[in-house]
Amino acid sequence: MSRRGRLTPSVALLPFLVYLFVFLLIPTVTVVVGAFVEDGRPSLANVSALGDPVALATLRTSVALSAASAAIGAVLGGVLAYLVVIGSLDSSLRRLVTSLAGVLAQCGGVMLAFAFLATIGNQGTLTVWFRDHLGLNIYGSGWLFDLPGLILVYSYFQIPLMVIVFLPALDGIRPQWREASVTLGASGWQYWTQVAIPLLRPAFLGATLLLFANAFAAYATVAALVSQGSPIVPLLIRAGLSSEVLLGQKNLAFALALEMIVVVAIVMGLYALLLRRTARWLQ
Amino acid sequence: MTPSTTSRVLRVVLLALFAVFFFGPLLAMLDFSTRATAGGRSWAAWANLVKDPELNAAIVTSLLLALFTVVLSLALLVPTMIWVRLRVPQAGRLLEFLCLLPLTIPALVIVVGLTTVYQWVTYFLGDSALNLTFVYVVLVLPYAYRSVDAALSGIDAPTLAEAARSLGAGWFTVITRVIVPNIWTGVLSAAFITVAVVLGEFTVASLLNYNNMQVVINLLGKSDTNTSVAASLAAILLAFVLLLGLSVVGGSRRRTSKGS
Repeated sequence: MSRRGRLTPSVALLPFLVYLFVFLLIPTVTVVVGAFVEDGRPSLANVSALGDPVALATLRTSVALSAASAAIGAVLGGVLAYLVVIGSLDSSLRRLVTSLAGVLAQCGGVMLAFAFLATIGNQGTLTVWFRDHLGLNIYGSGWLFDLPGLILVYSYFQIPLMVIVFLPALDGIRPQWREASVTLGASGWQYWTQVAIPLLRPAFLGATLLLFANAFAAYATVAALVSQGSPIVPLLIRAGLSSEVLLGQKNLAFALALEMIVVVAIVMGLYALLLRRTARWLQ
Repeated sequence: MTPSTTSRVLRVVLLALFAVFFFGPLLAMLDFSTRATAGGRSWAAWANLVKDPELNAAIVTSLLLALFTVVLSLALLVPTMIWVRLRVPQAGRLLEFLCLLPLTIPALVIVVGLTTVYQWVTYFLGDSALNLTFVYVVLVLPYAYRSVDAALSGIDAPTLAEAARSLGAGWFTVITRVIVPNIWTGVLSAAFITVAVVLGEFTVASLLNYNNMQVVINLLGKSDTNTSVAASLAAILLAFVLLLGLSVVGGSRRRTSKGS
């Protein structure tokens, strides 16, 4: 085949590649390059500013929020997925739960912030009910806007995401394996600890990592809930974008964005690795 | 093995607890948005959804954004994916990697690096919230890719294309009249999920200072929380309808593929 004959089909991919180059690659490269530039000159000032106590504390809160909501989401989502799978006879429940989970996992954002404001905010339905009927103040001094509240709010979309991601792995566990282990004399406990859990572990850990990345990259819900201060990295980036100078560094937003890329890339890399291990027996 | 009564009761109790956690806030939103200041019920906040001019303009913007994003993302993605299947299969891994890349790069990061590109976009197209379409196409890429890819994997595209080609069809005809009708359900679910993502998008619009639906709902929250809550609940319900529509489409695909 001639050189031209080999090249022509690939040319048709150009519009797509050019589009991604302009709207995905250039922004990403801008962030990476911008993180190492200050006042038009190469500089490590922005990246070293990530070591500033404020930036570090923000990163710590972000990681804590992502890790806690990922852990809660993974465990509770895993339980919910299991509850759905063992009732495989009534598959209408399963269809309902997966459809709902599909919606709720997408339901992050501003709407979720208002959902929880309406429930346990200062004038929230539950707050008012407890105040009027039991004389209890469940609003406290606004814990909804601190780490515990944010973890609760994040669980609302993390648990459904876990259900979606983890269901296929649970489906991969064949009932025959349980029958086989029972036939060989295993107790229910032994089946779980020596067969099912080791098989599910990579999928479970992988899903947890995915949840972590999902929470770490989330912005809208907290942006709508928290208007004062910047408890997590995305909000610190917002502050950096809107007020130009942050911790004395103009380009700190770029450095923080780079930090986010690095964290998410590491987590997603591990996820891909675990996924490959799961895929071996899932098919 | 039949589950014991205890475990069956436990299962129902746990499922009920999950239901309370997930439906509770939605009911609270309904209660909150219909609560009148003097006590009793009032639907004023819901009436605001159609009366408030700013919110209305933002809803129209978001719907237009959804429409444009669907058209542009499908126009870009579907022919490319089909072409890769048919003519350049060695680029399949690259295409998958590129399409799933936005999952790894948070939207926030794209916004931070987008200023230069958007200066050009506004220079050529004027300053309009509809310019957000270009970023949204990138954001929906992973979801659209998965839907279309699932449909494409379900058919034998090369054979179909060969048959059409041997009957004298050009590549354009092959793509538009042979392959696309066969992956129609996948294209449709890509469109559904795109609409859902665009209607719920806040990050990019708010950081680029454009007023889409979510941005205005958030702004309203400062002055008129009731209307914001009503709008949020309406948006969630709309997402329910859209994504349930998606699962209906997906369900019919499974049925047809089983039947064939």
